Amino acid sequence: MAEFWWGYAWPTLFIVGKILCVLVPLLLAIAYYTYFERKVLAASQLRKGPNVVGPFGLLQPIADAVKMLFKETIVPSSANRVIFIAAPLVTVTLALVAWAVIPFDKGLVISNINVGILYLFAISSLGVYGIVMAGWASNSRYAFLGALRSAAQMVSYEVSIGFVLVTVLLCAGSLNLTDIVEAQNRWWLGFIPGWFVIPLLPMFVVFFISTLAETNRTPFDLPEDEATLVAGFNVEYSSMTWLLFFMGEYGNMILMSAMTSILFLGGWLSPIPLEPFTWIPGPIWLLAKVLFVMFCFLWVRATFPRFRYDQLMRLGWKVFLPLSLFWLVLTAGVLTAMGWVPGPVH
Amino acid sequence: MNFLARGARGLLLTELISGMALTLRYMFKPAVTVNYPYEKGPLSSRFRGEHALRRYPNGEERCIACKLCEAICPALAITIEAEPREDGSRRTTRYDIDMTKCIYCGYCQEACPVDAIVEGPNFEFAAETREELFYDKEKLLANGDRWEAEIAKSLSLEAPYR
Repeated sequence: MAEFWWGYAWPTLFIVGKILCVLVPLLLAIAYYTYFERKVLAASQLRKGPNVVGPFGLLQPIADAVKMLFKETIVPSSANRVIFIAAPLVTVTLALVAWAVIPFDKGLVISNINVGILYLFAISSLGVYGIVMAGWASNSRYAFLGALRSAAQMVSYEVSIGFVLVTVLLCAGSLNLTDIVEAQNRWWLGFIPGWFVIPLLPMFVVFFISTLAETNRTPFDLPEDEATLVAGFNVEYSSMTWLLFFMGEYGNMILMSAMTSILFLGGWLSPIPLEPFTWIPGPIWLLAKVLFVMFCFLWVRATFPRFRYDQLMRLGWKVFLPLSLFWLVLTAGVLTAMGWVPGPVH
Repeated sequence: MNFLARGARGLLLTELISGMALTLRYMFKPAVTVNYPYEKGPLSSRFRGEHALRRYPNGEERCIACKLCEAICPALAITIEAEPREDGSRRTTRYDIDMTKCIYCGYCQEACPVDAIVEGPNFEFAAETREELFYDKEKLLANGDRWEAEIAKSLSLEAPYR
């Protein structure tokens, strides 16, 4: 019996507890990201944004969620019911499981696996399946076109994201996300943080723009282009199923922000190597960086109009792919020529 | 050379960055929102809102049942029935406006020879049922009593142009 408790039950409960510790704040963050988005867009358009439900409108996401829950889930009669319901589940599940490898501090991670970045890349590539399934199962032209666009777009931009990741891996010498952050834990001239954003700035820009395309955000939100496709792949969805898509999209945005912070902005590392700043715990720094990248997502949305579809493809294949390939070769060349290739970390 | 300069500008994203700087500057400007239910914007004296039937200062209703408003109403929203009262004056027995048909064109108040039917400044008369928007004479007279001060002010402001 002791074997059962100490061998299986307690470890399982401990893991479930750790997962809940990440998931509950994450779901709240998703809810409040919508509030944040509405406030940022409002501010940039000289409006106030939600300010009625609760103080400063802070209960607005709760009200929205309750409204969605009480609505009717409509399944079109010509839809494939099973896939139609499964699609949003796939989307939201994939957006949540990726957090298993995100380190919040040194050692503060659900699963510290050595192929963390490969896992993240695999999960984010799978994300397209939810959208394709939704578009196919809806049996609607708009949804189908939205899903087609989404699939083409995500596949195109994943190529350049892949090259950017390889560049970062070359500099860090590890696929483990904790090691990637630790590789940025150094200072140039004693005060400039050794984050990868500084030597790899062009790759950072390519990565950020590709994540916009990867998460179907403006200016690349063609899969849900309301001007031509009504609502795109989720046009037939309502109520809880639609809410799950929404959560998946915002969860992916937060995930991509976390990924950008870890790969380029030094994760939980403090930006200034001085006393009062080093006292602040790592997760707070990570949170600040993630919030900054999340703000950038909204900032871009507040600023730019939507791309045309052919422009999107041209940017992905004719600009980002050669550029990231060139920088990959250049980085590899510089690292080899200067003898800076990082050895095994352990 | 021009090609190079353009290429460099494109690669450095200068135009995108200046666009983003503009939105960032706007984020710190004060909002111009009128916080509607608590704050309200100004209304013109020519504003055409909810209808009202007015009275003379002695309490006598102005409407003489000439039915010009009923005749001119392009939406056929007004229904009037009339017969002489005991004192021999001609008055309406029924004055209905279907507010769901009304297009708020203001022809009724233009047609009225005695300024009896007017469109007042009230625009907050949304209702939960359709029936509540079928106004009868009683409702319209009550509106007139409620909004008389504002309506009289608007009419006096507009008098020089009529």
